[in-house]
Amino acid sequence: MKTNLNKEIERRRSSIKPVSDRIQRLREESIKAKERISSERARLITDFYKTKAPKNVSYPVLRAMAFKYLMEKCSLPLEEGQLIVGIRGTGPKEVPTYPEICVHALEDLETLATRKNMPFCVDDQVREIYEREIIPFWRGQAMRDIIFENMTQEWKDAYEAGIWTEFMEQRAPGHTSGGGWVFKTGVLDIKKRIKEKTKQLSPSDPGYFEKLEELKAMDIACDAILIYARRYSEKLKDLAANERNFQRRQELLEMAKICEKVPAYAPDGFWEALQHYWFIHVGITYETNPWDSFTPGRLDQHLYSFYSRDIMSGALTRERVKELLQAFWIKFNNQPSVPKVKITAEESFTYNDFSKINVGGLKTDGSDAVNDLSYLILEVLSEMRTLQPNTAALISDKNPDTFLLKALEALSPGFGEPPLFNYDRIIVKMLRQGKTLEDARESGVSGCVETGALGKEAYILTGYLNLPKILEITLNSGIDPRTGKRIGLETQVPQNFDELWNSFVKQLRYFIDVKMKGNDIIEALYAKYLPVPFMSLWIQDCVENAKDYNSGGARYNTQYIQFVGLGTVTDSLASMKCNVFDKKLFTCEEVLKALREDFQGYEHMRQIFLNKAPKYGNDDDYADDIAKKLVDEIVRIVEGYGPSPVRKASRRSYFLPTTVHVYFGSVTGATCDGRKAGMPVSEGISPVQGVDRKGVAAVFNSVCKCDWDKTGGALLNQKLTPDLVQDSTNLVKLGKLIRTFFRMGGHHVQFNVVSSELLREAQKRPTDFQDLMVRVAGYSDYFVSLPKGLQEEIIARTEQGEL
Amino acid sequence: MRALVFNIQRFAIHDGPGIRTTVFLKGCPLSCLWCHNPEGISPNVELMWAKYKCIHCGSCIASCSNQALSFDGDLLILRKNQCTLCGKCAQYCPTDALRNVGQLMEPEDLLKELKKDIMYFDQSDGGVTFSGGEPLQQSEFLLEVLPKIKSQGVHVTIDTSGYVNQEDLEEILPFVDLFLYDLKVIDEAKHIKYTGVSNSVIKDNLKFLIEKKKDVVIRIPVIPSVNDSQQDVEDLCNFLASLSVKLKIDLLPYHNVSEKYSALWRKYEMDATSDINRAVKYVEDELNSRGFQVKIGG
Repeated sequence: MKTNLNKEIERRRSSIKPVSDRIQRLREESIKAKERISSERARLITDFYKTKAPKNVSYPVLRAMAFKYLMEKCSLPLEEGQLIVGIRGTGPKEVPTYPEICVHALEDLETLATRKNMPFCVDDQVREIYEREIIPFWRGQAMRDIIFENMTQEWKDAYEAGIWTEFMEQRAPGHTSGGGWVFKTGVLDIKKRIKEKTKQLSPSDPGYFEKLEELKAMDIACDAILIYARRYSEKLKDLAANERNFQRRQELLEMAKICEKVPAYAPDGFWEALQHYWFIHVGITYETNPWDSFTPGRLDQHLYSFYSRDIMSGALTRERVKELLQAFWIKFNNQPSVPKVKITAEESFTYNDFSKINVGGLKTDGSDAVNDLSYLILEVLSEMRTLQPNTAALISDKNPDTFLLKALEALSPGFGEPPLFNYDRIIVKMLRQGKTLEDARESGVSGCVETGALGKEAYILTGYLNLPKILEITLNSGIDPRTGKRIGLETQVPQNFDELWNSFVKQLRYFIDVKMKGNDIIEALYAKYLPVPFMSLWIQDCVENAKDYNSGGARYNTQYIQFVGLGTVTDSLASMKCNVFDKKLFTCEEVLKALREDFQGYEHMRQIFLNKAPKYGNDDDYADDIAKKLVDEIVRIVEGYGPSPVRKASRRSYFLPTTVHVYFGSVTGATCDGRKAGMPVSEGISPVQGVDRKGVAAVFNSVCKCDWDKTGGALLNQKLTPDLVQDSTNLVKLGKLIRTFFRMGGHHVQFNVVSSELLREAQKRPTDFQDLMVRVAGYSDYFVSLPKGLQEEIIARTEQGEL
Repeated sequence: MRALVFNIQRFAIHDGPGIRTTVFLKGCPLSCLWCHNPEGISPNVELMWAKYKCIHCGSCIASCSNQALSFDGDLLILRKNQCTLCGKCAQYCPTDALRNVGQLMEPEDLLKELKKDIMYFDQSDGGVTFSGGEPLQQSEFLLEVLPKIKSQGVHVTIDTSGYVNQEDLEEILPFVDLFLYDLKVIDEAKHIKYTGVSNSVIKDNLKFLIEKKKDVVIRIPVIPSVNDSQQDVEDLCNFLASLSVKLKIDLLPYHNVSEKYSALWRKYEMDATSDINRAVKYVEDELNSRGFQVKIGG
């Protein structure tokens, strides 16, 4: 057994292949860098608001001027040997804070510095400036404070009980991606358009003043990024003048030239395209701390024309292209997520900031989009194996099997990327939401498994909803047993399953209603107080509409709630139906008592709940029908709401957890599927950890009974043992399995190819496994850095495979 | 006509081409000492106990009207001569530590179960495999289900020991696409010693299948100290070379399954302790040198 383990470790290590020494160095520097808080942005933004902000300007203009100030004053780090410049922060993994959105208290800084999982180094200088300047100025003024001031007591009660989380309490809305248009447009083009639009404005238009201010702000934001690029160009020229190495000097001069060209003008070459995008990325992630940072989306599509032109003209070799892509890759890895504390940390307990690069799918004209770059990007993914960026393989029926297999090969050496998406059903989802066919074909995925019309849509996530907890509240007639507080509706003890179901749906409706009302308020607050004029430049049609991204300027606007714990709540309902109402083994009262006692003294009952009731994930209609019914009901409730007041966003549902299933489990008592109090609930739409005993085909069958086309996406995790993907024949079979799963309507699947044996080893010798990455839920993370609860949970996820 | 089935494994990828569902039929005329599915040997329903799942609640003992069960320390003891195999104890066990192995299934019920994965068979050129035990011991049942499976265009594989009536074999022949045919030991006397039966019928049936031009893959369990000696391997190569067709070969390395035997309250009589990897390599090399295509695993 030991030799097999070492063989596996060896195989994993040997697949990392930086294409050159400098990439090797940059990669190592990136991996070894420790995440730390940089106080520069906090200092600059506070300085601006305190001393430079003019009185009586509109919020959009104020924010644009603040952004410009940052771009004028921020430091300009340059990683040794890098080919692409710009970083949000003062150096690799030196993460800024955003006190205007969420001001950390000194205790928060202590937590960040000392917690075991996801710590950030906090040096004395940071503490000192926070204490002296940042906290006194921003306390009570940050968006977070304003949000909580405006939430109702019902909302706060539910939030504190762990019924839901709220994304926007520590980070600005984002949840979007760049589209092809970004790569075809220069800032000067946008400025020209802004000027035209401003001329066209008429004072008789009721929105005249808002539009005027937004356009003004957008124009300032344009200037801001041009300043940033120009500053880098100057710096590069300086460095070149002092550079002894001839080759590097030429390189620096070329980079300086590129920085004069982009992002002012649209890029013409491959290198320019990467730098152009990167400036935009840095700008967006400096302006605010949007969720999921930003992403270039369908990169194999957007870069292809630059790539083929440069290769054909001889300007670049394939090897140089790879080097540039690998350098680009490292830029993402150097920007970990912003520091989160408390519940926001729990719901997304990772350094991963979810920038996602898509490959595959179809072109706008409906033909197979897979090209050389799709394969090249998959190679870069395998060879770099960094935490970020994430990837997504969009698999359409029209995409060749070679592409699918190449994606699976990238998976093989125990690395959880790329996840696989059913592209053809993404189109169905988008069309159902009212997108045009062309926009649907240009869609992709970002974040975990969120689908959107990349480059044209604001698909904002508002928080996770704890389904098992809502069932717990139902069984306790509206009281949270953890606190004894009434937070839900008063319902009777159910006499039969229909009554239980109806009471559960009633509570669900109630909580969704409170959440929706809260969402509307938060949307209005961000629209008013925190517009994002720079990000708005890059999402169509904000400039055309002269409307900010946060006010609904994008072509499509959607608002999502993410539902968590489908497996757990389905199994719990199935268990009640089977054991209490059908077989009458226990009464409702007995079960409630047992749950309140966390099954102490009720082990026999718990085992029956664990082993003798039908479970979701085993292709058993008894349980699966409940899941199907629940998904339908959730969609019905959520989509029953009219569009949001400010953005006019349609309301939709997602089923994904990131890491919140651990947090939600910690606040939920024992459940009647046999789960003990405090244990994680099920993640995504995966069956409860360990109960899928009929194999992966059965899981797929179960999952496909629900109608995912009515949702925006659903996350499914499956673990495979290495032997299933080591052999090329088996790999082909796995490919066929996935094609069938997609034919049946599955949205997404991500495979974790490790053995639990390996994971236990990693727990014992974490220093030997620092590069071991596993998929958590929609993203990968370093296993040894995960909180113990999440580590155990991943181990428990069923190992598929055979003896 | 019902069959006694003791397992149905979906997404089986080692029992024939493509993605398959393998149906394990209970009952076998052989009793190989190394058998990896000992719960498939007896043609009757049996009890099996997984110690790690047991919470020692005693529900099984309480439910038994024949006092066949008791605990000796933390080990569950079954007095087989008192057990009527009524199955009540397994029903009452809350953790499924104690379970009944073997379920009688009607052809329609089995077909319903198999239909669940028909899309996977289609997509991957997979199908259904019948294994066990010895599936051909329930050939009447097979004669009922196989034509129905074939009519759906699904590929059928039979994993057999070959120790069956040739007439029964001939009857199901038209409905089988592939035979996975076990060869354990070539020497007759040794075969009786380690499996309990003679191998002449097995050899004859193999020649019969080849004559009938059926697709056959040979499966050889490599059992150190039983069939891995120089003489054993020489005998094997000679026998295979004597066939009119050069067949493909799967070598199945031995695994120690003593826990399964304890779970059935049976004695594990295998004591193969020598290096399995070396044995497999040796057999593989010898076969390769004689021009046979060999796969390890299956």
